[in-house]
Amino acid sequence: MTKDETMAMLAEVLAGIAPEADLTTVTAKDDLREALDLDSMDFQNLVIGLHERSGLPIPEEDYPRLFTLEGMLAYFAAAKRA
Amino acid sequence: MTTDAATDRPIGGYPRIVKRRDAFRVLPNMADYDDARRGFDWTAARALLDGLPGGGLNIAHEAVDRHAAGLHAGREALRWIGRRGERRSFTWADLRAATNRVANALRGIGLQDGDRVFVLAGRIPELYLTVLGALKAKCVVSPLFSAFGPEPIATRMELGAARALVTTGALYARKVAALRDRLPGLEHVILVGEDGAAAEVPGTQDWSALMAAASEDFAIPPTSPEDMALLHFTSGTTGRPKGAVHVHEAVVMHAMTGRYALDLHPDDVFWCTSDPGWVTGTSYGIIAPLVNGVTNLVAEAEFDAATWYDILEKERVSVWYTAPTAIRMMMKLGAAPLEGRDLSALRFMASVGEPLNPEAVVWSQKAFGMPFHDNWWQTETGGIMIANFAAMDVKPGSMGRPLPGIEAAIVERRDGGLSVIDAPMTSGELALRAGWPSMMRGYLHEEARYAKCFVDGWYLTGDLAMRDEEGYFWFVGRADDVIKTSGHLIGPFEVESALMEHPAVAEAGVIGKPDPTAGEIVKAFVALKPGFEAGEALRRELLGHARKRLGAAVAPKEIDFRQNLPKTRSGKIMRRLLKARELGLPEGDLSTLESDER
Repeated sequence: MTKDETMAMLAEVLAGIAPEADLTTVTAKDDLREALDLDSMDFQNLVIGLHERSGLPIPEEDYPRLFTLEGMLAYFAAAKRA
Repeated sequence: MTTDAATDRPIGGYPRIVKRRDAFRVLPNMADYDDARRGFDWTAARALLDGLPGGGLNIAHEAVDRHAAGLHAGREALRWIGRRGERRSFTWADLRAATNRVANALRGIGLQDGDRVFVLAGRIPELYLTVLGALKAKCVVSPLFSAFGPEPIATRMELGAARALVTTGALYARKVAALRDRLPGLEHVILVGEDGAAAEVPGTQDWSALMAAASEDFAIPPTSPEDMALLHFTSGTTGRPKGAVHVHEAVVMHAMTGRYALDLHPDDVFWCTSDPGWVTGTSYGIIAPLVNGVTNLVAEAEFDAATWYDILEKERVSVWYTAPTAIRMMMKLGAAPLEGRDLSALRFMASVGEPLNPEAVVWSQKAFGMPFHDNWWQTETGGIMIANFAAMDVKPGSMGRPLPGIEAAIVERRDGGLSVIDAPMTSGELALRAGWPSMMRGYLHEEARYAKCFVDGWYLTGDLAMRDEEGYFWFVGRADDVIKTSGHLIGPFEVESALMEHPAVAEAGVIGKPDPTAGEIVKAFVALKPGFEAGEALRRELLGHARKRLGAAVAPKEIDFRQNLPKTRSGKIMRRLLKARELGLPEGDLSTLESDER
């Protein structure tokens, strides 16, 4: 997945969980959970949403790789090559 | 073994976990429950404490100065692990100096006995120093959860008459700056800068600068055991949050329960994962371990199994106090992430916040080689009241038995009085004989609500429970509509009020919907005013509206639309009925239903 595709997917999923969240305020290394005020349930729902949109299985041990935008972009970029 | 007479199966469905006396690596502080209960008196419990040199009792003296003046001075009191693996460590001598600076700084800006100091921060060292330093200065500390949105923050600071707030630059900008006009009594805002940087924001003071200018010497002024120390807000079914008042004498309970319910020994490394924004994170995340002279480990990171297991292993945690939501998440991941880890230091595990389901107790016994010991208490009780103890058999699914000195019973309210239910495994309201040291002394400015909690010398908990023949207590449910999500109490009224502020909303009813991980999640039902159309766009707008005001911890996770909500004749929304229908349960008595759901 390209960066743009991942960002679009993230924005779409996030809009259903935390519509007030503004992705433009988040830097690459910010912890998304803190920057966007997501609690553990929101984050879990976010990952489930990303899994449903992308079709990519995301096991729970991979969750920490999705805590930052940087991590998330790398995760989905690598997923395409696999 | 206690069995259900009808089925001859163990209550809860799982066999008891037997504690063999010869199997303990460290002899539990309470070797025999019945002996300890029989021989208990509060005078002996008070003797665990030191007292102020000039007489009186102050929590911070017991937690800090007492140990700093003795053999513990050079031992590690507080070990902090930051989100990115940073570390800070304080000996008791360091802690005394740092909290003295806080006390001097707070006195220096003009705070006096009884002034309310609120803290709003993640688990950063400055939060812990502030709580202890403010107690030294005889201020009253009220910790707020950092995931609260602006509305819960404002409500609590208004009710609590906050005179000072200690928070971070980031939280201030996001949640507090816009509230300043609503809080004219908030004279002092002290900001902790990011990574030690100075916070230069108009209308605030910088933490580092204040501390640098403050002396390391401070003598705690005379403090009466009945002086107010902590103000913890909790939620009821109706009305605004209630500020439960706790006094310095509560430290008697923190000391005693630390020894008995958490089995703390001086060489322990203790880790309470709760946030000080909730009562567990203060009573047991700050006070109890320090009072008992135990190294208190604080981890800033939120739950993530790998990170938490790393901490358990690398920091050689020996006693661990966590919550069912986290335990259930670990359970979902299975035992594989634990394989190959050296958790040999771990000796005792406890859980609190909501009932720990028996499956999780049994799983932990397999995965960790020891069970999580569930215990029960509330904001109002100030300390653990009922517990599964190290040297007592565990019946999975039971909250255990009352602490020595605590009398618990199952009661029924009738005609302004009470009757105690003696028959085993009969559901009623859990009640505690009033008068233990950490019992709340009031709801701030809410005499009537406080008085309603007590009948015939018993404190009524609002929890429904049963007691079996051996005296173990079993949680049944809440007697009211309060929602328990991820171990935190949420008042439906607070959520409904925020939804009602939206121009589209005519009515709102909020319930707790069972959830396999969080226990319950907050779910809202909303009826719209004429001219507004239900749909995904409006659902998102309402969700965003609620989250902005309330924060993720309090806002609903689900919103459903209805044309009308079920109401009584007096117009009260019947949350009970909304919940029964959501869960497909019997609807119960509908005689008060006037206007039904559509």
